[in-house]
Amino acid sequence: MALNGVLRPGFVQVRVLDMAEAIVHYRDRIGLTLVSTESDGRVYMKAYDEFDRHSIVLRECDEAGLDLMAFKVCSEASLDDFATKLAAGGYEVTTVAAGEQPGVGRRISFVAPTGHRFDLYAEIELSDNGPMTNNPDVSQLDPQGMKAIRFDHCLLYGGDIDGTKKVFEEILGFSVSEMVVDDDTGMIIALFLTCSNKAHDLALVRHEEDGKLHHVSFLVEDWSSIGAAADIITRYDVSRDIGPTRHGITRGMTIYFFDPSGNRNEVFAGGYHYYPDNPLRVWKASSVGKAIFYYERELNDRFMTVVT
Amino acid sequence: MGKAAFRVSVEGSDKVITCLADETLLKAMARQGISNIPVGCRNGGCGVCKIRVTKGEYETGKMSIKHVTQVERDDGYALACKAFPKSDLTVTVKNEE
Repeated sequence: MALNGVLRPGFVQVRVLDMAEAIVHYRDRIGLTLVSTESDGRVYMKAYDEFDRHSIVLRECDEAGLDLMAFKVCSEASLDDFATKLAAGGYEVTTVAAGEQPGVGRRISFVAPTGHRFDLYAEIELSDNGPMTNNPDVSQLDPQGMKAIRFDHCLLYGGDIDGTKKVFEEILGFSVSEMVVDDDTGMIIALFLTCSNKAHDLALVRHEEDGKLHHVSFLVEDWSSIGAAADIITRYDVSRDIGPTRHGITRGMTIYFFDPSGNRNEVFAGGYHYYPDNPLRVWKASSVGKAIFYYERELNDRFMTVVT
Repeated sequence: MGKAAFRVSVEGSDKVITCLADETLLKAMARQGISNIPVGCRNGGCGVCKIRVTKGEYETGKMSIKHVTQVERDDGYALACKAFPKSDLTVTVKNEE
């Protein structure tokens, strides 16, 4: 497949209030592997089916939320090309030196109109514990906890989602797969961006405050995996938001819950495949209940307003 | 171990929350089917269950500084999901929304 430019969401750096509790949650409940703890206190993790060194970075802080979301691009030349285009588009582009995170090459960094910091990078070390490549078994390490396959996407909240849409579409080469618009004005309320065959790699919701995290999402195998995740959520008294249920948007099957610092997580399965020639799918705000929760057909106030 | 129970009054509500010694105020509220304090992430990050304790003693777990600053903490503000009553309390809901 001709997938160039931005390949996929690579990693997120999330702020947690208590590192010990966060490690138990992300490792033992979601099922990530702890890759390393570095001298500055940051903890690096990965899901069992990811080739790259890490995908989740935890940083202890007195405030929860998202430090940054990073996308992997196809080459160093592509990285330079994006830096040039972002600068030409009026963005202040900074360089993060290789090695700022262990195993990660040079990054370029910019702040989108919704106040979120996004980084791009081309190089990261491969993990020793990634998927096998010689006569490969389905997994090298036995999947643990909710058996998260990979870090998949984020939903972020901020004010100028039209501005962030523009930079992702026009400079970074993403497509909008689906969106929610106001019935009368057509104003975009929520949008789903993809750089791949997935229904979404990044989602945005209009919100009065910039730079907010709604959720960090992990892929799991199927509908029964969502039920197994729900069992773990109750067994270990994890704070549940909503689910198991299904989204109208993307058609993903899902359950939402909170990490011990209040950052929302999702594990989801399914959803359609997107191709760049697919027509845009549009939901009117008057049908947004079904768009978000296909079975309940109504919104849950906590899901819409609680962010970190 | 004694299960000391404290009574928590929420201003503007006639429902009194009974809280065990090792239980957060928000968890006790939910357990009793009461909803006089808004529920968010339940883990100290989102600020939705912000309260001000106007009477009584309590301890807190880790809360996001964005939602309860140090000055506010010294002035009785807390998140109900991270507040452990240590006596009977009177609280006011201070939801930021």
